[in-house]
Formats: sequence, C-alpha cells, structure tokens
Amino acid sequence: MSTIDSRIPEGPVAEKWTNYKAHQKLVNPKNKLRLDVIVVGTGLAGASAAASLGEMGFNVLNFCIQDSPRRAHSIAAQGGINAAKNYQNDGDSVYRLFYDTVKGGDYRAREANVYRLAEVSNNIIDQCVAQGVPFAREYGGMLANRSFGGAQVSRTFYAKGQTGQQLLLGAYSALSRMVEAKKVKLYTRYEMEDVVIVDGRARGIIAKNLITGKLERFSANAVVIATGGYGNAYFLSTNAMGCNCTAAVQCYRKGAYFANPSYVQIHPTCIPVHGNNQSKLTLMSESLRNDGRIWVPKKLEDAKKLQSGEIQGSDIPEADRDYYLERRYPAFGNLVPRDVASRAAKERCDKGFGVNNTGLAVFLDFSESIQRLGIDEIRARYGNLFDMYEEITDVNPGELAKTVDGVEYYNPMMIYPAIHYTMGGIWVDYELQTSIKGLFAIGECNFSDHGANRLGASALMQGLADGYFVLPYTIQNYLADQTIWPRLSTDLPEFAEAEKNVDEAIDKLMAIKGKRSVDSIHKELGHIMWEHVGMGRTAEGLKEGLELLKKLRKEFETNLFIPGTKEGLNVELDKAIHLRDFITMGELVAYDALSRNESCGGHFREEYQTEEGEAKRDDENYFYVGCWEYQGSDEVAPTLIKEPLHYEAIKVQTRNYKN
Amino acid sequence: MAKNISFTIKYWKQNGPKDKGHFDTHEMKNVPDDTSFLEMLDMLNEELINEGQEPFVFDHDCREGICGMCSLYINGTPHGKTERGATTCQLYMRKFNDGDVITVEPWRSAGFPVIKDCMVDRSAFDKIIQAGGYTSVRTGQPQDANAILIPKQDADEAMDCATCIGCGACVAACKNGSAMLFVSSKVSQLALLPQGRPEAAKRAKAMVARMDELGFGNCTNTRACEAVCPKCESISNIARLNREFIKAKLND
Repeated sequence: MSTIDSRIPEGPVAEKWTNYKAHQKLVNPKNKLRLDVIVVGTGLAGASAAASLGEMGFNVLNFCIQDSPRRAHSIAAQGGINAAKNYQNDGDSVYRLFYDTVKGGDYRAREANVYRLAEVSNNIIDQCVAQGVPFAREYGGMLANRSFGGAQVSRTFYAKGQTGQQLLLGAYSALSRMVEAKKVKLYTRYEMEDVVIVDGRARGIIAKNLITGKLERFSANAVVIATGGYGNAYFLSTNAMGCNCTAAVQCYRKGAYFANPSYVQIHPTCIPVHGNNQSKLTLMSESLRNDGRIWVPKKLEDAKKLQSGEIQGSDIPEADRDYYLERRYPAFGNLVPRDVASRAAKERCDKGFGVNNTGLAVFLDFSESIQRLGIDEIRARYGNLFDMYEEITDVNPGELAKTVDGVEYYNPMMIYPAIHYTMGGIWVDYELQTSIKGLFAIGECNFSDHGANRLGASALMQGLADGYFVLPYTIQNYLADQTIWPRLSTDLPEFAEAEKNVDEAIDKLMAIKGKRSVDSIHKELGHIMWEHVGMGRTAEGLKEGLELLKKLRKEFETNLFIPGTKEGLNVELDKAIHLRDFITMGELVAYDALSRNESCGGHFREEYQTEEGEAKRDDENYFYVGCWEYQGSDEVAPTLIKEPLHYEAIKVQTRNYKN
Repeated sequence: MAKNISFTIKYWKQNGPKDKGHFDTHEMKNVPDDTSFLEMLDMLNEELINEGQEPFVFDHDCREGICGMCSLYINGTPHGKTERGATTCQLYMRKFNDGDVITVEPWRSAGFPVIKDCMVDRSAFDKIIQAGGYTSVRTGQPQDANAILIPKQDADEAMDCATCIGCGACVAACKNGSAMLFVSSKVSQLALLPQGRPEAAKRAKAMVARMDELGFGNCTNTRACEAVCPKCESISNIARLNREFIKAKLND
C-alpha cells in the first residue's frame, strides 16, 4: 500500500509559503538555459506558467489542442476573479479569503494550499493590471469590485462579463512575448496522448499532431499538465466542446493518483436543457445573483400553468412568489455558494415547482433591481449576458412585461443547474507535483485548493496563482537536482514503447468498425452520469451507474464507428480517444462517490442529509483527500489511498449560510 | 414553442490547402428552429457518419461566442446575418426559413490557408500579437494595482477594444484581406491605458510590419470588417492605429 506525503512546510499557516520560498532550492541562471520544461495547455494556468518559466530563462515547450493558445476555455469565464485587496474597506483580508474558501469548500481542502492561494491573490491583480487588463473601474479611477457567492465582502474584480477572456488574453500576451523571445516554442493543434517515464521520472510526452495525425515524441526535464477538468464526461456541461481529460487520465494510468473525483461542481445558473440535439449548456454568470432574485411560484397550480404554457412568469404577482434562497438562507440570500443554490433549485423542481415545459427550471428575476437602479444601470452591468440569453432563448430579460398597481414586472430568465467545474483532479503535493516525480499539475487539472466546492471567481484566481506565482517557484526545487542530467534523446526505448502503445490503442479504435457514432455513445454516457452520478447520489444508484458504465464501455469497444483513417486530420478519431477516457473518468467519479458515505460540497449523497435537506458531513470518518490509484487496467477497480487532512488555523464546523 | 424547418445545406469540402475544393449538398429534414447553427451541423455530421461518410470539418469550441474558434461564411456573410454582433455558434435556426438553401464556406483569404473543409489556419494572428501585442512586464511584484488611477471612460474604452476574439471575420469580409481591425483593436486597447503608453508607437509599427509580412492587405476604409465583427469593434480603432503608426514613423 502506498503512502501519501503532501510535503506541507513546517510553521504556522500564515508563514509556510514565506518559509518555503526562503529555503527552497533555486536554479542558477546558466543552468536554467539547459533545462527544458513541457507545459501542456494554454489556459490561465498553462499560459501563465509557460510565460513565467520562459521569462525566468527555462526553455519551454507549450502545447494546445486549439489553433491558438487564446482559445483555451478559461476564456469563457464570465464573472470575475477574487483577491483580498480590501479596496472596498469592507473588512476583507487574506485570512478572510482563506477562511471563506475553506468554508465554501466544506472543510475538505488543504489549509496550507488555500492560505497560499489567498496570499498570492493580491499579486495576481497587480500583475494583470500591469499587463493592461482593462478591469472595471469607478469614476475616481480606482478598481471596482462586486460580490460573489459564499462571501460577505465585495472582493471580485471583473471586466464586464468577460473577465476570463481579459485575464487569458493577458496571460496569452505574456506568452506571446516569450514566443517572440524564443523562450517558448508553441505547438498548436497538438494533443498530449501519453506521459513518458524514464527511471521513475516524467521525462517527456507523446503528442499527436492533429493535422497530420502523426505521433511525435518530446523530451524535457519536467512535464507540467494544465489541461483543465473532466466536466464533459457528463456530455452536457458548460465546458467547451474540446475540453477533455485524456491527458489527465493518461497520467493517472501511468501512476499519478487521482484525487476527489466525486467533487463535481454543478452551477446553479445555466440556461435549461431544451432538446435532444443540444450540444452544450450555457452558463449565465453568477454575478447575476448580485441583482437577480431567484424564485418559483408559491402555489403548485401556478407552477402547473407555467409548465403547460398557459401563463408567463410575469403573470404571477409578487405575493405569490417564493424567493426560496432568501427564505432559507437569510444571511446570504441569493449569494449562497453554488452547491447550496443548485440543490435548492433541484429540491423545488423535484417537488413540482419547476417553471418551464420540462419542469426543470427556476426563475432569475431582475424586476426589483431594474426598478431600483434603472434599466440602463442594469444593462451596463449585465448587458452582454442579457443579449446572450436573448440570442439563445428569444426572450429579453430586460423587457417590461406588464405593470400592475405601479409594480413593474419584467420577463424573468429561466435557469437550471448544470455541470460546470471539477474540484477533483490529479493529486498534487504542496509543490504541485503529482505522485510521479517530475510531473506537475496546475489549474483545474489538479485537485488542490477548492475542497468539495469551489466558490465563484476562485477558478481564475487559482489558475493564475498556480501559473504565475506558485509553480515557477516550486518546480525549481525539483529542477535544481536535474541539472546533472543531459537532455534525454527521444530515441530511448521508453519513448518508443510509449509511442507504440498509443499507436496500438488508436489502431484498436479504428478497427472496431461498428455502427455507432462517438457522439451517440457520449450522449448515453452523459445520461448515465447525470442520472446516477449527478446532483443527488445514492449508494444504490451509484452501483447501478457503475454497472451501466461497464456495459457502455463494452458497447464502445465493440460498436463504435470512426470514419476515415488514422492518417491526417480525423476529428472523429480524436473524439473517440476523449470518449474512451471520459468513460474511465466517469467510473472514477462513481467509485469515489460510492466510497464517500457523507455529503459535502458538490458531492451530495441523499442518504446523508439533515432534516432541512442540508448536506451532512462526517468528519470523523471522511476528513481526508480520497486518492485513487490505477491498478493496471481500466477493467479493474482502482484502490483508495487516504491523505488525512490537518487543520490548525480553522475550526472545522458545520457550514452555515442561514445567519 | 419551437417549430421544425426543412432546408438544403451546401457545404464546402476541401482536402488540404492545395485541393481545389467543391460543394457537397445535403437535405436537412425537420430541424427544430431552437437548434443552434452548429448543432444543426452536428446533426448533419451524425447523418453523414451513419451513412459511413466522413464528417464535414469546421472549427468550433466554446459555443458561447467568446473563444473565437468558429469561423463559417454563411450565405455570403462571415458568421451569418444577425441583428447585432454574433459568432457562428450564436446563430440559431430560427433565423432561417423552410425551403432555404444555406451555403457554408470557409474564411477565404491569403492569410488563412484552408486546412480541411471549413477549418482554416489562423496562426498568422498569433504571429502578429507576438510582434508586440503586449506590455513588456515580467511576472513578479509590480506596484499596487490602484497605484495608477485610470479614468473610467478610458478603462471602458480600452475594454471595448479588448473584446476582440481574434476570429478573423474582419479579414474574411475584407476585399483586400486586411487584418487592420484586428491589429488596431489590440494597439488601441494598450494605447488607451497608461501601462501601454511607453511602447505604443513601437508596438504599432511592429504589428503593422508583421501583418504586411504575413500577406494581409491594406485598409481602404470600406468598413466591411466593422459590419461583420461579432464583437462590434469600431473602425475608429484603425484611425487610432494610423495615428500611432505615423508617430512612430516620424520618430524614425
């Protein structure tokens, strides 16, 4: 049985990172020129890491699957990025951001990692402003802030509803500068298919050139993966179509532990599912909950009429509306964390109060705030989101529907929870190194900082913290000992073997020649995941889900059809490789969910809830990080290894957003 | 409530940059009009695959109008015709009618060679940014973010320029194949902010030079780019770029 060492530095939580940096090994400038680092992915984490490592003097090889690094899915983050600047003088501090993040994560994150995250959050804002990121400002020229879920302060910095885009373009510009300086070599439209291990250390990757279809070998002194999450295992999610977990799952197959896979975030404010041809779900930013109020009808008969289309939301008078988040959680109201808001929506819809034809939607209403602030102010804040909503649904949420007794009723938005983000990921220690030496994981791809639930505006913070301020330091502690090694040749047998295995796996997929398209099987996978491993899980449902996933793998292996050949560009082949790994990932989520007999954050087991329907944690038995170790085959159940959590600074208690 | 429509789709097939290319045609039956354009193409591909054929290849990713990956020339307009700026992925079938013939082509421009079907190579845009589309700051400890006050109006204007998604519709729409709207948006964003001022002139010169090198044409003020930009970038950015460019040349 393997053991786990999270390598958390000694000392009080507030001093750990400073102490670490003071004592870690560094690489001298001459030696940096001799060291190569592979960074896979160009999202916030990947691009910022590649740029920073390049600036330091390392030779960076940076890979992405899209045509340009600027397309990475970080670009789609809407709402904002948290930092403990306390510019609003509302009592914020590094400690409070740390505390809110640990509490928001339902006490399942590592204290030391989260504290470091809160500490460097301020540097991120300074860095981005210096790059020319046009954050929103007040009239006096100072930076503006807004509030996000799980916090009672306004600490979120934003650039309209396109914060992710602006931060990514900032990182992309830093990266571009290093490409021009020839410190970073970019490989676009390349996909990592395997990590190459030599003498127990990650020393390179096998990547597929997506245009030529050829497999290519790349060697380096360390490998960093920044390839995002596995939300697309659910088929319908807010992730981009290309988001996949192939690189992460391949690292897992090679021995990297996969931590907390059951912690999947379901975002409460997405546009509801409308039909069978739908390819993805669109998020409506959490920032809308600053001014939008979430409700369903109080009366079941009103809900029935909404479902049959007899009446509209605006027909229901104020007195007959149930603002259920404000009712249940008076202290945080509409700004409760995402997991809480999502479950509350599901609870109302399960009881029959859903407001659209499928019964799976609730209202997000701006009537009150439009009357208070005026439509111009509301459009200035959320105009692009209103337009986006109208494009998709043909309904304009800023349009006055009727006025009754001087009260204006606007068309509400309809929203429903959807898969959005995965807190689980490749296990890493304090240095962001995985259980394979020389292999690092950053951003959403690792499991490190969010515990069982991530707060809004914290994903951007973590991605950039890892890429700009953490990895570029911690990786040196590893690389300092690697300077004695010469550059490895890609002719080594380990590279040949890895390439051969990838090639054979591709041949196997091409040879199935069954009847079903990749998408049709992927949709079925999504259905199994949502029904059995989704928002409300039970032991029975999870066991059934695992059975169904086994059958689905069989179906995939015997009835898949990929047109064309493996030579040249073959989109269907690439999707098939992703799907193979999504099925493995789906099983991992189910195994973890089944083994965790408690409810916490994004993992809700219906057997474990309080009388009021709140998540019931079991700190006595489940106060650990669940790490899964691959057992040599996708057919064999993985083994669970536990990393116990230790809290020194924060008292573990029941999460309370009521008062 | 969604209604179903049936129509003919003519889509461009081209096997690599050297192939001549041709249109294929397919009849689409009973497509719900609340389907997005790209979901409709997913349906087309599902039908093609079920017939044992290779799917129609096109770029797409986020499907919410921000990544800039989707790039289809629909019925003679980049991203298709909508009332306000929208990308291909934000186009819905309710904009089409029963019995329509819908033509889908790639971006056609010397700067964007076709890879396959409607997937084109836009790496030239990356190369233009690499020439100078940044402020030269290192990761580290810059001054506090509030140390430089920036008037809200300037910040907002910079933000409008910064919303460019790099899709290339401007180039596809331009009869000269010019990338001036793309280049000027980045130059403007950084020229409007104090952080970008020190390198403003140098940046303008370097990016324009790279653009010329890569085979993009000149701007003749036809405003075709502005009309199709999914993010409504304004050609007043081009005027600002020209000012910065002239300043740089005067200093030479």
